[in-house]
Amino acid sequence: MKNKYDFLFAGVGGQGTILASDILSEVGMRSGYDVKKSEVHGMSQRGGAVESHVRWGEKVYSPLIEEGNTDFLLAFEMLEAARWPHFTAANTVALINRHQIFPPSVNLGQAKYPEENEIESILAGAGAKVVWVDGAAKALELGNAALGGVVLIGALSTYLDEPVEVWEKTIVELVPAKFKELNVQAFRAGRELMQK
Amino acid sequence: MKKIMSGNEALAYGAYLAGIKVGAGYPGTPSTEVLENYSRYPGAYAEWSPNEKVAMDVGIGAALGGKRAMVTMKHVGLNVAADSLFTVSYTGTNGALIIINSDDPSMHSSQNEQDNRHYARASKVVMLEPADSEEAKRFVKVAVEISETFDTPVILRTTTRLSHSRCIVALEDEPADIVVEPAAYERNASKYVMVPMNARQRRLVVEERLKKLAEYAETTPINFIEPGGGDIGVIAAGVSYQYAKEVFPEATFLKLGMVYPLPKQLIRDLAGRVKQVVVVEELDPFIEEHVRLLGIPVKGREVFPGIAEFSQGRVRKHAAAAGLVPKVADPPAVQTPQLPVRPPMLCPGCAHRPVFYALQRLRVAVMGDIGCYTLGAAPPLGSMHSCICMGASIGNVHGVDRAKVKDRTAAVIGDSTFFHSGIAPLINLISNGGNSTVIVVDNRITAMTGHQPHPGTGWTLMGKEVPNVSIDALARAVGFKKVDVINPYDFKLVLDTIRDHTSSDEPSLIVSQYPCVLNIREKKPAPTVDLDACNECGTCLRIGCSPMTKVDGGVAIDPALCIGCGFCASVCPQSAIKVPS
Ligand code: SF4
Ligand code: SF4
Repeated sequence: MKNKYDFLFAGVGGQGTILASDILSEVGMRSGYDVKKSEVHGMSQRGGAVESHVRWGEKVYSPLIEEGNTDFLLAFEMLEAARWPHFTAANTVALINRHQIFPPSVNLGQAKYPEENEIESILAGAGAKVVWVDGAAKALELGNAALGGVVLIGALSTYLDEPVEVWEKTIVELVPAKFKELNVQAFRAGRELMQK
Repeated sequence: MKKIMSGNEALAYGAYLAGIKVGAGYPGTPSTEVLENYSRYPGAYAEWSPNEKVAMDVGIGAALGGKRAMVTMKHVGLNVAADSLFTVSYTGTNGALIIINSDDPSMHSSQNEQDNRHYARASKVVMLEPADSEEAKRFVKVAVEISETFDTPVILRTTTRLSHSRCIVALEDEPADIVVEPAAYERNASKYVMVPMNARQRRLVVEERLKKLAEYAETTPINFIEPGGGDIGVIAAGVSYQYAKEVFPEATFLKLGMVYPLPKQLIRDLAGRVKQVVVVEELDPFIEEHVRLLGIPVKGREVFPGIAEFSQGRVRKHAAAAGLVPKVADPPAVQTPQLPVRPPMLCPGCAHRPVFYALQRLRVAVMGDIGCYTLGAAPPLGSMHSCICMGASIGNVHGVDRAKVKDRTAAVIGDSTFFHSGIAPLINLISNGGNSTVIVVDNRITAMTGHQPHPGTGWTLMGKEVPNVSIDALARAVGFKKVDVINPYDFKLVLDTIRDHTSSDEPSLIVSQYPCVLNIREKKPAPTVDLDACNECGTCLRIGCSPMTKVDGGVAIDPALCIGCGFCASVCPQSAIKVPS
């Protein structure tokens, strides 16, 4: 067991970051870690940026990750990934879901949405390794746009030692009954994307 | 057995374990989930009251009736309930009264950043502050014991970081069901009727009680010294303790579970063990000033900032700058890109959008209020021009109108806010001969905090059906003659009605009524854009609906986000947006 993991989630309100970070917290607890998690609520749920911190460790005090200490950045939306270079470091793996949601300033032509390579170089500048995940496309393929987050969790699971059964059992217990199968499929799809 | 719980879930669980039988509150981020979770436990009675003062009075009543009661609200809510708080401090509680009050350092979803520890000192009641969910659960029981032993209300303070962060909580045995036998009401006017003669007597009792509580603060196990090595002694409470533990792993700690009254002896004890006392606390130097009054040299606000919440990174940076911990190596310089900001916005399909778009088109000066409709102030709508606190809009517009400005004016207030504190200023408007226009954006629910019922919804937190209070009938009853109820998706009607009301000399009220689309989960197929018809005028993008994206040659609508309300189609001058039939 590694002595700590810090996971930072970034996305847009309504994208399912909370469920994904809940799954990850639960897996941590079931694997014997102390776990803390912190999410931003309130106004930001309404189409604004959301962030969630999950920490696994032998003993975790702060519910927040310290800057420059993130082991994994999980970005549900591309632009949101680019906001976190100060939290990443040379050993950070940034898993980025290929999904764009334009903020109003971009729609009104007052700001420019960054290109993929710009996002990559912003994070690589801090040393992070960027891995693109076609979570949004996979989710649509499975017939439900909301599954992108679980695809991302599947991709993340390939970097960690916890057995697949723990992940799948946790997912089945945390999602609504009628979406169990779909979510497990999305999780497996995420793992497969990493195998390629 | 253990479970991952948020601070709020743990407080609810603690309330259940502690035998709290009555809970009342008004929803407010970050406090909301306490009451919602509590209401699901067996034997609980919970209600959303129209405002925090009413909730406080309900809690006081339950406690006077001999029961254990809990009242929940966010920090600014205690401003509303303060009138009752300051006096229940005098009367005491008979049963137990726990006030769960959530501060919001950094103002994640609040209009100010007040430090409510001052309320404990000002109203002379005990305040506890847990540092994580496990303590949140345990401290409710401690609070009930203190309340019953010392006959005092107890404030349990949380902050956003505690309320909304999650950690592992140990599950306990089900509490033995406390059977509540109706008991005779304790009649004791000299204790509970605060006319001056009685209040003067109770004033002395309050002072005596504070003395006893200060002694208790020295011995309660929720205040304790954690021995460590090194020269530094850290005093901290709440989530600041967690940050400090990461920054000063070697230090001796005084961990405070009780932040008012504060222990003198324990603080002296800590000071005697170390060379330097450091207080790590968010917002005001509340603990620091107390330590200073004891004549102990202390580092606090001179090292750590007093604005916005902490993190261990922030605490470390400032501690290092003051030489208290080793300097951290500067992180490699990262590119700080100019990225487009993503402000929160009205939800896709929100029924408030047509009203704000109409107000913008008519160039109305809008006195606004607190709720998700406050997002009407955000660009591109930008049609709210003030927002002070719950219920302020109607008084504000009356004031603006008395000051005779040139613009058309209106107050915009949500339904839940209207019931919270919009009714008294509505009566004021009539009884002082005002002629303002009030627009109630009525989405039939308290939407901002996650869809809690209010007096207009017709059902309670416990799911019981009750009469629903009609806003337009209420307005007519207090003397408004010009009252209209409109459907916001009929955009021509919205424009005409607002134009008519804001140019009239009569006091008038519009109820723009449509249920919150997130609550009724209404979703129709997304419209499509005919790119041949679209001339890229950009009109539809100015309603600020997030599914709409500028693309080459026109506009696209993201079907995953759109709920198909059709409003964008009604503003397109080229009729290029087609609503599927
Ligand atoms: S129909 Fe138009 S206005 Fe309504 S939710 Fe969809 S994009 Fe927004
Ligand atoms: S309002 Fe109509 S014409 Fe103008 S940009 Fe939008 S779709 Fe095109």
